[in-house]
Amino acid sequence: MTLPQQGDIEVVGSFGLIQTEEPSQKAIEGRSLGRIAWNRLKHDKVAIAGGFTVIFFVLVAVFAGPLCHLIGQSATAQHQNLTDPTTTMPLGSFGGMTGKHLLGITPISGNDILAQLIYGARTSLIIAGLATALSLLFGIGAGLIAGYFRGWSDSVISRTMDLLLSFPSLLFSIALLTVFSIVPSFLGLSGQPLRFAVIIFVLGFFGFPYIGRIVRGQVLSLREKEFVDAARSLGASNYRIMSREILPNLLGPILVYTTLTIPNYILGEAGLSYLGVGVLPPTVSWGGMLSDAGQFYQVDPAYLFIPGLAIFITVLAFNLFGDGLRDAFDPKSTR
Amino acid sequence: MTRYVLRRLLGAVLVIFVVSVVTFAIFQLGPALSNTSPVYYYIGKIPFPAGSVQLKLIEHRFGFDQPLWQQYWTWLRGILFGRKLDDGSTFVNCHAPCLGYSFRLNTPVTSLVKQALPVSLSLAAGAAILWLVGGVTVGVISALHPRSVFDRAGMTMALAAVSLPIFFTGPILILVFVYQLKWLPNISYVPITQDPAQWFRSMILPWIALSFLFAALYARLTRASMMETMGEDYIRTARAKGLPRRKVTLRHGLRAALTPIVTIFGIDVGTLIGTTVITETVFNLRGLGYLSVQSIHTQDLPVIMGVTIIAAIALVVANLVVDILYAFVDPRVSYG
Repeated sequence: MTLPQQGDIEVVGSFGLIQTEEPSQKAIEGRSLGRIAWNRLKHDKVAIAGGFTVIFFVLVAVFAGPLCHLIGQSATAQHQNLTDPTTTMPLGSFGGMTGKHLLGITPISGNDILAQLIYGARTSLIIAGLATALSLLFGIGAGLIAGYFRGWSDSVISRTMDLLLSFPSLLFSIALLTVFSIVPSFLGLSGQPLRFAVIIFVLGFFGFPYIGRIVRGQVLSLREKEFVDAARSLGASNYRIMSREILPNLLGPILVYTTLTIPNYILGEAGLSYLGVGVLPPTVSWGGMLSDAGQFYQVDPAYLFIPGLAIFITVLAFNLFGDGLRDAFDPKSTR
Repeated sequence: MTRYVLRRLLGAVLVIFVVSVVTFAIFQLGPALSNTSPVYYYIGKIPFPAGSVQLKLIEHRFGFDQPLWQQYWTWLRGILFGRKLDDGSTFVNCHAPCLGYSFRLNTPVTSLVKQALPVSLSLAAGAAILWLVGGVTVGVISALHPRSVFDRAGMTMALAAVSLPIFFTGPILILVFVYQLKWLPNISYVPITQDPAQWFRSMILPWIALSFLFAALYARLTRASMMETMGEDYIRTARAKGLPRRKVTLRHGLRAALTPIVTIFGIDVGTLIGTTVITETVFNLRGLGYLSVQSIHTQDLPVIMGVTIIAAIALVVANLVVDILYAFVDPRVSYG
């Protein structure tokens, strides 16, 4: 009883009116919104390039271990023999770039920058991905309940979301992370896993009202549609209507939101790590690398540019892909 | 109108109350979960062994043995009327508004905030003006000439700018303009009252770095809003009755297109006190954000608590001002 999804309806026939354009035997197809969007997206070269960059980033993050094995370096091994003993700066030009250390080494400890970059991608992806999942979970749940049941539950949820949006979220995140940095263990987690969990929680929690509002607005109009009435008259339960009738129609906006939120959370995690309240050494993160590079950039600018460009390219790729996706799903778009 | 303002005012007070409760709760959580005496996070050391009578006495003087709601009330009353504090060796009379006392720095949190506030305000005000003017100008020109070279270049730049973190652009700016070109001196914040010219030169790079990101967002937003407005019927009507193009664009188009921008501007300026943290760290400006990051490293809870509550109040007040201004600007808002 859902709206046409992914080619549920395939009207095959000869209406004869439009066929003048293409007189071949090709059948006219009733296309679903998803398929129209996909066709549009395929022709958006910029978005596709962004999409491939995103896939590349994900592959690097997933196969961080084998990749580092391939280049023969590890993120934690120190090569102090390659740094100048008096200045602690890497020997050679461009931050010590050589055939062995393709992107050079860090000052003082002499870690391989390429290996750190690869493991930093993993940190970014884990945190941004899980934080997005968390905010989707909260946001879709809250938005569905508020939009579907309306009344007092809508008032409570909407006011709570408004309130959260008027919180200074960065300072609250810093505060929470500070508090948890002195807590040895919580809910069975401790050390780095606890740290990751708290970062994911603060990013996801303060972000969920955005998706919550979008979902609520969509549900408010969807619940009045005929197919919902039809399902209800057939005796479908509220849960069934929400999960099987309404939710599938929200996939478009949710997908767009997801691709535009992940880059925000990548920047968020990098920012927290830069401030020294996010991911802490020895776990590598791009924000942490930039924070470290910030002490040496006058003498070793290469160390600053490498993680900076990595963040820039990844975030830009996600944004380009997300923008293309939004245009593809937008019925007003002419592209 | 008065009723509308009063209702908004009441709402704002409620939000500040909730924010203060949450802030207080967060900072009670840490000591409770880590099984450390809260004394440590207030005075920076445990002066007596755990469980000793002396430590209990200090905890008693801070009120840590009281129920939580009562501790909250003491904290709130301190903000409103001032309170007396002591760590067992120093006795402090903290005048209202008492946000707490940093025993590590031997300074009331209120005076730390007072020192840091002008820095953050200079940064926020300058950056806000820069991005509002820059972003709206680029957005309007782009909207009036869609698909032109300017539009494409501007929008590409905007997309790049929202993907650049300040802790990357900031060091690059310093590297180029301070160390390579030597156009700007390598200085930290200079108060405007002391030397306006030096103040301007010390703030110009932080302003650019902070406003770059926002200008990009505003350019994209203004472009979309302006294009929508210029397609409205009343614009065509205005043109049809013979008004000059310039007047139609500025008076009829821009004014309507700017209303959503005003809302977002209010919220962004409000949150700015919180978001300047990274900019202040990059440029070594001793503002509120810098203060809170420093206090994190020394685990000085009263200071972080004070900064957080001030930032929350700033945000709520900014929202309130925007809401009330909006009622004046936008005729569609009802005051009911």
